[in-house]
Amino acid sequence: MPAADMGAYGRGSMRADVAEVMPGVTNLMLIFSTPPECPDEVAADLRRAWDHLPEKHIKGRQFDIGVRYGGELGHDLASVALHTGLSPHEVIALHQAPVYTVCAVGSVPGFGYLHGLDPRLATPRKTTPSLKMLAGTVTIGGPQAGISALTGPNGWNSIGFTDLVMFDPTRQPPALFAVGDTLRFHAESIEL
Amino acid sequence: MLNSVQDAGRLGYRHLGVSTSGVMDRLALQCGNMLLNNPAEAACIEIQTFPFSVRFGSQTGFSVTGGHASITLDGKPVLPWFALCACQGDVLRIERPVAGARMYLCIAGGLDVPVVLASRSTQLRGGFGGWQGRPLQKGDELPLCNPYCVDEVGLVPPAQALALKAEGTDEKTVVLRVIPATDYMLFAGDSLKEFGAIGWQITAQSDRVGYRLKGGTLRMREPVELRSYGVVPGIIQVPPSGEPIIQMADANTAGGYPRIATVIEADLWRLAQARIGSFVRLQLCTHAQGLAAAENVQEYLKNARKNIELYRKSFSRRGAGQAGKQA
Repeated sequence: MPAADMGAYGRGSMRADVAEVMPGVTNLMLIFSTPPECPDEVAADLRRAWDHLPEKHIKGRQFDIGVRYGGELGHDLASVALHTGLSPHEVIALHQAPVYTVCAVGSVPGFGYLHGLDPRLATPRKTTPSLKMLAGTVTIGGPQAGISALTGPNGWNSIGFTDLVMFDPTRQPPALFAVGDTLRFHAESIEL
Repeated sequence: MLNSVQDAGRLGYRHLGVSTSGVMDRLALQCGNMLLNNPAEAACIEIQTFPFSVRFGSQTGFSVTGGHASITLDGKPVLPWFALCACQGDVLRIERPVAGARMYLCIAGGLDVPVVLASRSTQLRGGFGGWQGRPLQKGDELPLCNPYCVDEVGLVPPAQALALKAEGTDEKTVVLRVIPATDYMLFAGDSLKEFGAIGWQITAQSDRVGYRLKGGTLRMREPVELRSYGVVPGIIQVPPSGEPIIQMADANTAGGYPRIATVIEADLWRLAQARIGSFVRLQLCTHAQGLAAAENVQEYLKNARKNIELYRKSFSRRGAGQAGKQA
């Protein structure tokens, strides 16, 4: 995944007051230890860095993720099929086909924003969120694919379930996914 | 609303999706710890549910800061924004604040809960940190680090020392200074006028995650779809309903609603102490004014520290070093 190595901006010698660098899907957030006197200067610095820093090609880890499609833990599979005009089997086939890339980690602990969902599977978020969706639920929200990282309210459509633990504060590193990792899904079981 | 163990926050894990958590009112924690000579990172109990009572298992210094509430120790009234000593077995009771929304109980030496990812704060959404990763329940026994007794000293509460009023608002309206955010210019002109001109009411759907406001409807010039971006406490987002949400300590680390403005860091404690049902005025300010406001807070803390030290010195000269009740 080519991107300017903006992490170097914080780690490097450019500014000593950058405390945290947080890559978003198409953006970057900096946290400063003390507020900079002149924000315009920082913005100019950043634009220069974007133009001049070398590209970074992250060689992430590869995950092959077994999914139990459908059933109680993936019970929106039917509504995704209905919305997309595909059969449940076609939905599963299209969901398994691509290689997904983790393009950001955030929102809640360990959640990976995945790039690569087949546009034919895009399904709007539910109008009424599930109140207690389990961590590990394989989901589709709008044009994005995901795996819920925490148990709790969630508006994305559940199509399956995996046993992977996305976040464990006692693990090193605590988050399973990092930016640049790639994922494939395969069916462990299908229950319609 | 719930009570939980919090400290100054969990820094350095945003890139893994871990929000800072920590106390809503940083200034109250800084004051509470300063009164006890605690390290800045010492953890406290953030109290949002009242009445709250706790029994001391050992003799220790403590302080209660945050808002103004009626407080008793073993039945006798004590003052907030004051350090004093409790004997083993004493019961501290804190009533619903008459001013402010949250109270902070700091203990000399701090609460001895495990440090998880560099902080003792409870990460309520992730279920880790603090006391067993959850809100406190009746009957919980929290271990103390190394309790000690302290001199009885107090300080002028920030609400008095750093009072802020805006023209045309009543005493009760909380004034918050805000800096225009990335998507400010995407809002319709009359919405931008309304944003700063009206009193926004804090709704009951407000908690440690965020404050939902009502009173007006903010509209975009045209609909926008944003990619998820990084969120910090103080960011004011506007969902499609047009009613703004101010993100707070437990906010997700990323979000996608348009950002109209950001409450300056120096005013976040005011918002943390604003009660549900009360009104806030969002007053635009410049980056330089935001820096000056932060400078005022630092000045207040510096003066408070100086006064506490002077008082401690005079106290020990008078040979009354053994302040507080003795067991």
